[in-house]
Amino acid sequence: MFKRILAGALALAVPFAAGQALAQEKVLKAVMHADVRVIDPIWTTQTIANIHGMLVYDTLFGNDAQMRPQPQMVGKYEISPDKLTYTFTLRDNLKFGDGSPVTTKDVIASLKRWGAKDGVGQRLMSYVDKMEAVDDKTFRMVLTKPYGMVLESLGKTNSSVAVIMREQEAKTDPQTQVKEAVGSGPFNFAKDQWVPGSKAVYVKNPHYVPRPGNESASSFAGTKYAGVDRIELVWISDSQTAMSALINGEIDFVEAPQIDFLPMLEKARGVKLMKTGNLDSTVGMIRLNHLHPPFNNPKARQALYHLINQEDFLRAIVGNPEYYKVCHGLLTCGSPLANDGGSAMLKDYNPKKALQLLKEAGYNGEPIVVLQATDHNTITPATQVLVQAMREAGINVDAQAMDWGTVVTRRAKKDPPAQGGWNIFVTTTGGVGSSNPVLHTWLGAACDKGLFGWPCDAKIEELRNAYAFAQTDEEKKKIATELQTRALEQVVYIPFGQWTVPLAYRADRLEGIVPNTGLAVLWNIKKK
Amino acid sequence: MTAYIVRRLFATLPVMAVVAIFVFFLIRFAPGDPAAIIAGEDATAEAIAQVRMKLGLDRPVLEQFAIWSLQLLQGDLGISIFSNLPVTRLIAQRLEPTLALTLSTLFVAVALAVPIGVVAAWKARKLVDRLVMGFAVLGFAMPVFVLAYILIYFFAVQWRLLPVQGYAPIGEGFWPFVESLILPSVALGVTYMALIARITRASMLEVLAQDYIRTANSKGLATDRVLLLHALKNAAVPIVTVIGIGIALLISGVVITETVFNIPGLGRLTVDAVLKRDYPVVQGLILVFAGAKVLVNLVIDISYAFLDPRIRY
Repeated sequence: MFKRILAGALALAVPFAAGQALAQEKVLKAVMHADVRVIDPIWTTQTIANIHGMLVYDTLFGNDAQMRPQPQMVGKYEISPDKLTYTFTLRDNLKFGDGSPVTTKDVIASLKRWGAKDGVGQRLMSYVDKMEAVDDKTFRMVLTKPYGMVLESLGKTNSSVAVIMREQEAKTDPQTQVKEAVGSGPFNFAKDQWVPGSKAVYVKNPHYVPRPGNESASSFAGTKYAGVDRIELVWISDSQTAMSALINGEIDFVEAPQIDFLPMLEKARGVKLMKTGNLDSTVGMIRLNHLHPPFNNPKARQALYHLINQEDFLRAIVGNPEYYKVCHGLLTCGSPLANDGGSAMLKDYNPKKALQLLKEAGYNGEPIVVLQATDHNTITPATQVLVQAMREAGINVDAQAMDWGTVVTRRAKKDPPAQGGWNIFVTTTGGVGSSNPVLHTWLGAACDKGLFGWPCDAKIEELRNAYAFAQTDEEKKKIATELQTRALEQVVYIPFGQWTVPLAYRADRLEGIVPNTGLAVLWNIKKK
Repeated sequence: MTAYIVRRLFATLPVMAVVAIFVFFLIRFAPGDPAAIIAGEDATAEAIAQVRMKLGLDRPVLEQFAIWSLQLLQGDLGISIFSNLPVTRLIAQRLEPTLALTLSTLFVAVALAVPIGVVAAWKARKLVDRLVMGFAVLGFAMPVFVLAYILIYFFAVQWRLLPVQGYAPIGEGFWPFVESLILPSVALGVTYMALIARITRASMLEVLAQDYIRTANSKGLATDRVLLLHALKNAAVPIVTVIGIGIALLISGVVITETVFNIPGLGRLTVDAVLKRDYPVVQGLILVFAGAKVLVNLVIDISYAFLDPRIRY
């Protein structure tokens, strides 16, 4: 009888104790800009998949806030004098979340998969002759040419980061999503608690080994550690609800609060806004279709420069000048390579001249098909401003309204505009990626192999390549200026400014947020 | 009755088949491509085409339909294109919040609307009646999301009495469960309540004008007995019909309510899947919703026989 009573008491006590333990657990509840639906950051270029990836996986190198690559998983590395052989040695005792050791087999398989899928990885791999393991901790990368962007590419912080997976996942076809997310990063992905479209849960990885020395964190570089026991990425699609939940203390962190709500958040007790740095901005782009008239003629493309008053766009999107910057360059303003090359014609706002130049380029009033996204918080107002400016100038605009999901499908069509194709769409990209001529994929002009709009210019590609082989900072700056001048002449895209959305968090509960990343990272955040 | 139920259950099969065919082709012919969404912002057209090929979306639509139909016949709703998880698991994860929200709304609405409607009919053309009708008009006119934001602002942000968002499963305790449902149920229930109250009033007014009610009153029966036992029971058929019709209203209302209150239910799953063009998830969900609607109609039809002995199947 006594045993039964004891067993009953224990049965009651165990869940209670578990509840107590849970109550003591430090949990960070964060609302990101999107929900985690894909767990493979190589299979997709979605930013949220990379945020997920950086919680779970680690990288060989991490670019710091100044975009300089710093070793992460790598303990030491050597570059041969001819710059053709890189020898990397992993740090001691690196383990995956399941406790298995990280070996060079995992690393080489991961780099091969990344290099087959990611644009920057493909460029790097095109100069790689071979990658070979010296032993379990050391491997060699042998190049065919002294490509100068090896470490920057391995430490990149924008889309499809070069994360290291277990060999078994890394051998998955790059066009197929991996089934498990097990990495050697600071957190383990709790797949059993994942509710796609609602919540993704990460728990502290007991096997994670941070970089020694307690280096200060700077973007992807420095010592990173799990500052909380558990992270819940809660997906709140309604931005007003997200704001109310932050004010009410139900969540701790909002990565991208809607700009309209910033004044309310500034006044909310316990809530702070944090600007994440100059580079960590969004860049607005108007992309023209180079395949079809009238924009297959550079003169017609240049004509549109005279329609763009960046202030109009930025006021419509952001409103508060504290958060936006007029920027006529193609390399992120505020970055080391930002320059004025070729930007004079972007500063001449003159709608009449725009129409006149268009006519001179052979435009006869044919409808210009603009893909008008209706459900995007920044692209929608920007497209509206553009359409209005075009109409006021006397251009015949066929603005076709559709959701963003349809825009991303439609923009891939190369058909003429009258047959389901398009002339113009508006999009955005990240400021960190746009600060480097090689990482900035929208700057490319690789014709059919390039991004939608398909700019085609051998000189631009030549200059991007030359940048990757430049040896000094001076040489890099010179090439960057020349490249921007040429790209603006060819109108690879029309910039309409850059802006930063500050993140919002409960300052009464959180400390240690790492700024200036280009990709929100949640390591090192502690709960008070 | 049993034969009728069996017949009706069999009759759902062609209905579901038509729904399945309709949904499959409708979503395929709608613009948008999940491969482009998966491939992401910086993907080239070539990369998108590769993803499309791997997902089998480049195959002829009829072939895709045949594959899906075969899976369906084996009880398999397929795999989500994005999360790689079975659609049945995604639906199962979301079923509890939606059921809890629907049932709590139903409970709140019926428990309040029927007595309000009865009182309005009893006090027809008096102040109470006008107040009830005013509420009904307001309830219909006010969009769910507007009411939801007003409720959140006062009850959660200003007075901090209830949570802004989220759902606490019943496993986490009864009070957190109830707490998470109060605001969404009220927001969603008001339109529904207005509908039921109006129908109850109209139906009761018709019944109250009949001779047997006059007889009951003249016999000196208490008002509550006349209203509840004699009148309400006979007025119940249209009320129950409206409650049944209202389930469809609830399903569409749930989509908005779940979004505003961040409840991880089937409504939000549907919206997300449609926006992302996650074909298998959309198809599975529409089948579940259609099945639920067919079953609710069956239950309503059967309930007629209990409410009105003259109805026989």
